[in-house]
Amino acid sequence: MSHSKSVLIIGGTVVNTSGEVLADVMIDQGVVQEVGPNISAKYAAENEGGPRRIDATSCVVTSAFVDLHTHLREPGREESETIETGSRAAALGGYGAVIAMPNTEPAQDSVAVVEFVRMQGERAGLVDVVPSACITVNRSGLQLSPFHSLAQNGVTLYTDDGNGVQDPVIMRRAMEYAKELNITLMQHCEVSRLTEGAVMHEGCCSSHLGLPGWPSIAEVLMLQRDLELVRETGAKMHFLHLSTARSVELVRQAKNEGLPITAEVTPHHFSLTDEKLSGFNTVFKVNPPLRTMEDIEALRAGMQDGTIDAIATDHAPHAAHLKDQDLQAAPPGMLGLQSALGVAMKYSGCSVQRVIELMSWAPARIAGLTARQGNSVASGNIANLVVFNPAAQWEQSLDQIVSKSQNTPYLGLPLQGQVQCVLRDGKVIVEAGVVTK
Amino acid sequence: MKHLLSMDDLSLSEVQQLLSLADEMSEIQKRSQPKVPALRHKTVASLFFEDSTRTRLSFETAAKRLSADTMTFSAASSSVNKGESLRDTVETLSAMGVDAFVVRHKTAGLPLAMTQWTNAHIVNAGDGAHQHPTQALLDAFTLTRALEMGNSLAGVRIAMVGDIRHSRVARSTVRAFVLLGAKVTLVAPASLLPPSLIYSNAAHTSHEWPVSVSHELDEVLGEVDVVYLLRMQHERMNAAFISSVDEYALHFGLTAQRLAKLPSHFKLMHPGPMNHGVEIGVDPALVPGSLIAQQVTNGVSIRMAVLLSLLGPAASSETTKEERDVS
Repeated sequence: MSHSKSVLIIGGTVVNTSGEVLADVMIDQGVVQEVGPNISAKYAAENEGGPRRIDATSCVVTSAFVDLHTHLREPGREESETIETGSRAAALGGYGAVIAMPNTEPAQDSVAVVEFVRMQGERAGLVDVVPSACITVNRSGLQLSPFHSLAQNGVTLYTDDGNGVQDPVIMRRAMEYAKELNITLMQHCEVSRLTEGAVMHEGCCSSHLGLPGWPSIAEVLMLQRDLELVRETGAKMHFLHLSTARSVELVRQAKNEGLPITAEVTPHHFSLTDEKLSGFNTVFKVNPPLRTMEDIEALRAGMQDGTIDAIATDHAPHAAHLKDQDLQAAPPGMLGLQSALGVAMKYSGCSVQRVIELMSWAPARIAGLTARQGNSVASGNIANLVVFNPAAQWEQSLDQIVSKSQNTPYLGLPLQGQVQCVLRDGKVIVEAGVVTK
Repeated sequence: MKHLLSMDDLSLSEVQQLLSLADEMSEIQKRSQPKVPALRHKTVASLFFEDSTRTRLSFETAAKRLSADTMTFSAASSSVNKGESLRDTVETLSAMGVDAFVVRHKTAGLPLAMTQWTNAHIVNAGDGAHQHPTQALLDAFTLTRALEMGNSLAGVRIAMVGDIRHSRVARSTVRAFVLLGAKVTLVAPASLLPPSLIYSNAAHTSHEWPVSVSHELDEVLGEVDVVYLLRMQHERMNAAFISSVDEYALHFGLTAQRLAKLPSHFKLMHPGPMNHGVEIGVDPALVPGSLIAQQVTNGVSIRMAVLLSLLGPAASSETTKEERDVS
């Protein structure tokens, strides 16, 4: 990998698991060389052949974010997003790596498709694009994916995301393989029989609007089943986009028992409620659906006390003509990569350090990416870093969006925490909120 | 009023104005030549993504009696979405010069979404299980006139029986009845009530149903002035909402026995089409208090009143035009 000139990040607050310290960061050869207060004085000025200088005053300097849940839509749905445009959005959001969800067309259920996604990610060259693979062939829920072949090719995360694995026999067998291969299954918890035709949370709002509801119990029942299967098999399991108060409670109990589970929540599930559907705007149709204030409070508490391990975007681009339909026909999903930090800082109720843990350190561990991502800003570590202003107030506008689709739910909502700069392998790829590569 | 999308958007006085206007429309309909030139040169398009011959004909009759030009677009929504988005369809028809769309769609909220895609007036002729405001207005019109209570239903006790959960009629007509002062009781098995009425943990103030609820039709019959039956659909069996239509009819159908329990002054209403032998086990023609035929007749008057309010000279068409030019 080629490395450009050295970079000196000046005047920021370096945040690591060990704590935070006001320090400059010197990067060369793609690696952090030195971290310390006022070390910039040691280096020549930029116009005298010294390192490129980046002013990080009022900013946090930490490891770049890792998104456990990104839909890049390629192959198959390139009208909505490509790996290149999605990578661009990720980089602007402060990410160093994204897990590519396997519900592509064809689905990521074979080594060939997985390798294609990885290769396209490398071509784009903006973030580490890490393909996950399906639990079942074509996410049909019927036949197990070739776990051995996929695992041999480095796939560590498996999910039928978009669908929950309904059949308990299939799920039990998948867990037996997961245990054997030391891979992680990621479940989209939804008993589909309880959500047929559903477009929003089942509750007062859906009752009033006459829209078919997606009851919380549909998530809770599958979560409970899977917790029992984990207890039996000992397989590692990650729960995607948990959305209900009861789910948080169940995960908390299961973790207290020591089950090998992790869980994520999305920014939209802890910032927006089902009331958003009152205007029938398809932008707010998402699966699982936006729920109630009570659920939001439980998710926030879960993030704060460690029950929830990660904030994951479930970035789900859909082209305008797909969303410009009635609520039933429009596909579920919303953008997330470019707004995640702004939502997390504004609405999670978590400290800066906790937000970084939720968005970088923990997801890097869950995805097994610690060789490159989610590490301390310390000499000798690969410089995959983000510099962000945790206090900056901003609003998202359509002209900022670099995804191929524009289905963001955050227009006009106050956000806080803005990415200034992103380094990948020591190279500045985002500066002043613009992709420079 | 630019659109008629939901009964939630109408105030009591707006409802009362429409009812009074419908009286005038009824008069027109009784003439030997039941047609006035009020909407000449206006075009009303019915856009029915879900079949409903009765409602469509009622709207088209109303438009024609006001001398509007009418056009009809009829398509099951499944066939529309091949390549062309719904938005394209609306924009295309809009470009032909439509002043008002009368829209029926299987999904709640589509008429509201359409207001973003066209400058024409939108009349909701039924969207999913959400709203059917002209049904609510014609029900209110029919009942107030039958009870000779002016524009009020103060104190009138109404039982609405049937599949409330999936009913746009319930969501609109209950609102109209309550707005006019009626006391409404919903009668249904729990599975056919809106989830917020059966799960107490879903309590929320902004979407309250200002009604009482009963699961026993026999218990409410002696205490009501009006029975409003909803259509029970056979498909509800498939998702286990009911055991069978027979079981439903036994407990929630209006049978001859139940009819005998009703006070002599009671009125019977149904939005049609009826499922004989299911929600209604008697011949409505033989029920003295039946308003079912009047509901149909009044449907045309109410729809004339709605179209006239949206498109007529009183709707200040000049400002509307200006609004359209700038938007």
